[in-house]
Amino acid sequence: MYELVEKSEVFNVHKMVVKAPEIAHSIEAGQFVIVMGSENSERIPLTVSDWNTDTGTITLYVLETGISTLELARMKVGDSLYAVTGPLGSPSEIGNYGTVVFGGGCYGIGAIYPIAKACKEAGNKVISIIEARYSSMFYHEKELHAVSDQVLYASSDGSRGKKGKVEDVITEILEKGVKIDQAFFIGCTQMLERCSEATRPYNIPTRVALNSIMLDGTGMCGACRVSVGGETRFACVDGPEFDGHKVDWKELNQRKSAYTEQETVAYQSYSHGSQVPKVGSA
Amino acid sequence: MELTAKERMAIERHGMAEQPPDTRNRNFEEVPYGYTPEEAVAEAQRCLSCKKTTCVSGCPVEVPIPEFIALVAEKKFAEAARLIKTKNVLPAVCGRVCPQETQCEGVCVRGKKDIKEAVAVGNLERFVADYERENNLAEVPEIKKKNGLKVAVIGSGPSGLTVAGDLIQLGYEVTIYEAFHRGGGVLVYGIPEFRLPKKIVESEINALEDLGVKIYYNSVIGRLYKVDDLFNVLGFNAVYVGVGAGLPIFLNIPGNNFNGVFSANEYLTRSNLMKSYLFPQYRTPMIIGKKVAVLGGGNVAMDSARTAIRLGAEKVTIVYRRAREQMPARAAEAHHAEEEKIEFRLLSSPVEIFGNDEGWATGMKCQRYELGEPDESGRQRPVPIEDSFFEFDCDQVLVSIGGEANPLITKTTPDMRTNKWGYIETDDWGRTSKKLVYAGGDIVTGAATVISAMGAGRMAAKAIHEDLMKESDETVTPDWW
Repeated sequence: MYELVEKSEVFNVHKMVVKAPEIAHSIEAGQFVIVMGSENSERIPLTVSDWNTDTGTITLYVLETGISTLELARMKVGDSLYAVTGPLGSPSEIGNYGTVVFGGGCYGIGAIYPIAKACKEAGNKVISIIEARYSSMFYHEKELHAVSDQVLYASSDGSRGKKGKVEDVITEILEKGVKIDQAFFIGCTQMLERCSEATRPYNIPTRVALNSIMLDGTGMCGACRVSVGGETRFACVDGPEFDGHKVDWKELNQRKSAYTEQETVAYQSYSHGSQVPKVGSA
Repeated sequence: MELTAKERMAIERHGMAEQPPDTRNRNFEEVPYGYTPEEAVAEAQRCLSCKKTTCVSGCPVEVPIPEFIALVAEKKFAEAARLIKTKNVLPAVCGRVCPQETQCEGVCVRGKKDIKEAVAVGNLERFVADYERENNLAEVPEIKKKNGLKVAVIGSGPSGLTVAGDLIQLGYEVTIYEAFHRGGGVLVYGIPEFRLPKKIVESEINALEDLGVKIYYNSVIGRLYKVDDLFNVLGFNAVYVGVGAGLPIFLNIPGNNFNGVFSANEYLTRSNLMKSYLFPQYRTPMIIGKKVAVLGGGNVAMDSARTAIRLGAEKVTIVYRRAREQMPARAAEAHHAEEEKIEFRLLSSPVEIFGNDEGWATGMKCQRYELGEPDESGRQRPVPIEDSFFEFDCDQVLVSIGGEANPLITKTTPDMRTNKWGYIETDDWGRTSKKLVYAGGDIVTGAATVISAMGAGRMAAKAIHEDLMKESDETVTPDWW
């Protein structure tokens, strides 16, 4: 089960194609899975960027940020993940909006793809805007082009597309008079916040996929709770998508940083080669 | 040699030897060591074998208590375990986690004057189950010829395991769908190692698998498959829903979302299922609070408080709205918590959680309560005392004030009726309003006990068998009918 059948890397973002036929059959755009590399791993929520019911596989893009994602990134083709649970979360609402803008950064470049595809199939005009530090860090482009009327780029060094970030491109096209009826953003929290602020003055309905800390992913623990419009919501079941104009970003950032200290400890123990206990020894 | 009633009465109750409080509060090993065979026999001799078996009627699954105890007195320990298993498939678990003082032991004639004098039914149940398991004396039950019918069980907690165990023996093909990567439900994510060693749960699950029960892990029904898919796509003939209660409740007070504020579900799942007490070898991190406040007075609150002490908290305080006598926790757990120097702030309830600029909890403001008129449950209602606020420092808050129904299954099964709180409506046998769908345990009753969930599982297994047999022609009568 959950065999890793294909793997590649673009600057710290690891593409992992995993055998999970039941999930491939039941997943919808906007949903995620929770994976464990091995029996002693953390449970990590990852958006599913693509799936194939013929091969029974799902495609994940994993940003290597700490010990658990590093351990996933070290897995080889032919290895099996210990657990893949999903699909989780509520699917994206796919409507006939008109013009829909997608913004993706880091793992979000891959993660916006299935929603963009579904929106395109629903008859929308799709503009995808992706950001990276420099031109060689983009990925999943061919697929994104196939489902977008237009793909726009933003890079920190200006080596591809506009010099800047997704929100700079959005502001630019809005100022040019492009009418955007709906926006979806996926990426790191800072990017989601900045993009939401860019669409706010224009009152563009804005959905952001939040990546708060999760444990079970079924609503049982409440670790992922976020304040949206003054109400506590669970990102794992009520989300992951919420109205970007109503999210309490400060609280989300604080909650996401809760384990920074422990993550450093775990990372150091890994680099010092600590022994992993045998299954069931505890 | 037969003892006289007088001689039996003269024997004093045998407690179980335990790890001393100042040792156990730094480890996750089980607290009581268990009986020696000699202690078990002596304790069994205290039973008067009453004609009127009030103890049996005090048991939700009607374990034949005097009969199994008589076997213990004859040193027929494995036979005693087998006799219990005709009514209760998880005796090693129930001997440890049942609230005996409100069930069998609570109505024991020897405990009429003082509950502490009741025959130690729970200890004896634990002893015989452990004896059978540790000496590999478990008998593989007879499995009826496969009848070609398939039953899906959603959730591998106590009720799901019971349904699976009963139906596999009757010849059904049984498949359990478990959301987590390990089986056991609340027995593994909720109840800590020091109260219920996980190897016991594992051995129960292995035994079911040996009988042919299939368990699919990482399978969230309601997402991966809807209940209708289980019938239409996967070809099951009946479905049992035993998914537990699910969603945690947080108090509706300011400061709920500060870092350091956990649902007990999250805290215990991190420590128990994800083994973060072995961090960083196990990768799931845990916030180690120095001053920990636990909200609530049930078993989950005691488990959270005692886990916090073991993880290295300097001070743990239980904040509970009612009085000590009204705490729903098992007497032994509250007693163990007290021994482990956990402080109780009774008749108090928080009104605000304080935090710092970085978003971490720093303290709590509470209001004092007094007991007023009895409410519908017969317990005296706690009434807030005006202007009786007090504050204290805490850097971690564990919220253990109950839960709500998880809607993942009910929302995707609109033709199955729920009550106004979202719990599934069933008849006395676990039949839901949807044909051939059954439910039991916390998703029907709200938070309750392991044994009542098992009782519900047994009833539902009977109903499933009866209904499916009516549909096919064949009739099979099980021994326990």
